Amino acid sequence: MVRFQNVGLRYGVGPEVLKDVTFDIKANSFQFLTGPSGAGKTSLLRLLFLSLRPTRGLITLFEQDAARLDADEVATLRRRIGLVFQDFRLLDHFTTYENVALPLRVQGRAESNYRAQVIELLHWVGLGDRMHVLPPVLSGGEKQRAAIARALISRPELLLADEPTGNVDPPLARRLLRLFIELHKSGTSVVLATHDMMLMDQYDGRRLVLADGRLYEDR
Amino acid sequence: MKSNKRREQETGLVRPSASIVPRDTVTSRALLMVIAIMTFVAALIVGAVGLVRDAATHWRTDMVREVTIQVRPVQGRDLGAEIGKAVEVAGRTPGIADARSLTREETGRLLEPWLGSGVDLSVLPLPRLIAVRLAEKTEPDLAGLRKALSEEVTGATLDDHRSWSARLAAISDAIVVAGFATLGLVLIATVLSVSFATRGAVAANRAIVEVLHLIGARDSFIASTFQRHFLAVGLKGGLIGGAAAALLFGLTGIVPGLLSWIPGGGEAAFLTGQFALDQQGYAGIAGIVVLVALVTTLASRVTVRWTLREID
Repeated sequence: MVRFQNVGLRYGVGPEVLKDVTFDIKANSFQFLTGPSGAGKTSLLRLLFLSLRPTRGLITLFEQDAARLDADEVATLRRRIGLVFQDFRLLDHFTTYENVALPLRVQGRAESNYRAQVIELLHWVGLGDRMHVLPPVLSGGEKQRAAIARALISRPELLLADEPTGNVDPPLARRLLRLFIELHKSGTSVVLATHDMMLMDQYDGRRLVLADGRLYEDR
Repeated sequence: MKSNKRREQETGLVRPSASIVPRDTVTSRALLMVIAIMTFVAALIVGAVGLVRDAATHWRTDMVREVTIQVRPVQGRDLGAEIGKAVEVAGRTPGIADARSLTREETGRLLEPWLGSGVDLSVLPLPRLIAVRLAEKTEPDLAGLRKALSEEVTGATLDDHRSWSARLAAISDAIVVAGFATLGLVLIATVLSVSFATRGAVAANRAIVEVLHLIGARDSFIASTFQRHFLAVGLKGGLIGGAAAALLFGLTGIVPGLLSWIPGGGEAAFLTGQFALDQQGYAGIAGIVVLVALVTTLASRVTVRWTLREID
């Protein structure tokens, strides 16, 4: 599904933040991406999501060379990937329902076609009774679940989550983890970036560890 | 069963989807104000330049359509006969529609402001005037008329207001040129301020551009979403400013009619009588509205594309 070969990344003329990163993500797999703060987890996720281009190396996404994609092809490819941002990135003038439905709306689908699907998903993430409120009224955990629902609504083949439990208390973090595991079991590949060791101890998933810009696999 | 029924009810409760670009924000209201004010100013200049140009043309054509022959009394000559000759000379000159000698009473009335009424003018050696009206379409042979008058009529001179007309032409041309220069500057200022205000408004919505981009929206979708929004803002602001300017010109067109009802209003009405915008002027204002709306749209498109390039 995803293959990184000797990927290096530097910002401007600064030092390399990622060095010779080589790994792959298989279909229907679950992996934690971990490492200390500033190790380059977010940069690696941005490379996976094609919002950054590597300074060297080869990235293959869904059997396509990422370097050869034009803007429209990147947009089409992003629809196969769900992304949960650390800071949620919900639009404040949209209700929870509208935020979650947005990926389908930008695909040009008619609202009547996806309304039931969005409501179903909102119930699944526990936001059934919060679908008509605006994000400023939601709690941190509710915002996080709304952000996860938005990443899932277009049934992505790969889900990337950047510290999705960073802003929530431990019970909710466990609940969110269960949600990701359930998603993985339903056929989606999950990459969960976190530095929460206790969270990782709760599930026996593959661990990709970033340290000093290099990636190791901790089995 | 119960849960399905509840979902069905919820499906009906969803409000119509909000616009992707929020409509009523502080920045969009500020942008609307900037657009309305700049359109108003630009439309005023367009209208004013049109008015000055029309008024200048009007004054000039009125003034050159009439010339005057002055016949001074010369000792030993019959003034009446000389006037008759002058009228006859004018009558046979090509391009002259009509020549009419002013009677002694009419001449007296012309002098009333200076001499007062009841003065016996017969004792004064007053020159007499012949009003000559030029034909509308033929070019009058004024040089030929001047030559014939000097040869055939004693004491006759031709005053064709040419020097006045030339001076007025120079002044009105200068005003029109200055007007167009001002219009050019105001248009540039309008385009720049509207485009910067639009860029500011797009920048305020950067988070939306980013989210759309990252959830897989095509660049063309994002650009056209913003373009539609800002075209609407541009048209709305432009129409408010343009309509206000058109209303103002409409009112100044009505004022002379109202002034004529009050004492002394006639003179004021004479002064402002020309200040009614013609169709061309209103078309100019409509042009400004369209231009402003297009500038707003284009500025939003360029800024969104630029933001997208910056995100990647």
